[in-house]
Amino acid sequence: MPNINELEVGQEIGSEVFHFTRDSLVRYAGASGDFNPIHYRDDVAKSVGLPGVLAHGMLTMGVSIAPVLRWVGDPAKVVDYGVRFTKPVLVPTTGYAELKVSAKIGQIDEEGSRVRLEIKTEFEGNTVLGKAQAWVQF
Amino acid sequence: MVNPLIEGKRYPRTASFLVGREKLREFATATMLPEAFSDEAAAKANGQAALVAPPTFPVVIQEQSLKLVLADPEAQLDLSRVVHGDQRFVYVRPIVAGDELTSELVVASVKSIGGNHMVTFNTEIFDVEDRLVCTAISTLVVRGHDA
Repeated sequence: MPNINELEVGQEIGSEVFHFTRDSLVRYAGASGDFNPIHYRDDVAKSVGLPGVLAHGMLTMGVSIAPVLRWVGDPAKVVDYGVRFTKPVLVPTTGYAELKVSAKIGQIDEEGSRVRLEIKTEFEGNTVLGKAQAWVQF
Repeated sequence: MVNPLIEGKRYPRTASFLVGREKLREFATATMLPEAFSDEAAAKANGQAALVAPPTFPVVIQEQSLKLVLADPEAQLDLSRVVHGDQRFVYVRPIVAGDELTSELVVASVKSIGGNHMVTFNTEIFDVEDRLVCTAISTLVVRGHDA
């Protein structure tokens, strides 16, 4: 675990790249219990006016905490995590969608011994999560 | 569509969900987390009683409560027109393997914005001693038929 007294606002704490395939979506559907067919069936996605099969927002949220977890070393230290889903992640039938996740320190609350991380998740050059932030308890 | 009159409605407590270690590992793998977060010995070395759930795992419990809303004829919530607007998890304590959890969902708000509805659910998750473990806050955007 990093030392809270040695941190600076704006400091980058890590980044990571993820590839979402159709297999990733099926695996996430099974693990989470979210079997909405817009996440694995092109015909259903198109019938409700979507451009194609989308990744579960919760899969994007789930992977986006990875740099914070690597940095802090213990998932129990993440006491608050929230995101807004601002853009869909389209996952092609073959190949993959590439997501780039990075995180930096947004706020240091020395009294409460907590740090707020700001998370950025990009797909095809756009951020797909808004107000993505996590509080880590030190 | 969603019926705006369900604002404030509280749904019954869900049946107990036993958090299994292998379920946590399956979830960690599906969300592409480093293998260290599926390692029980590493969790214990961090002072935890058992393997700790990934931060977004409570969505699985939230889903149990959401099923009650989807099955409620009064709510008229059409899942095929729903997209996820936002999501937040606020923890009182970590979830670990072996926890038996229940949840209770309340419809915090239903707003109408430009032909769409935005419905926010607060789902409180409790342990076997009825102590609050985590609150999951979720906003769904229900697209209108013109949207």
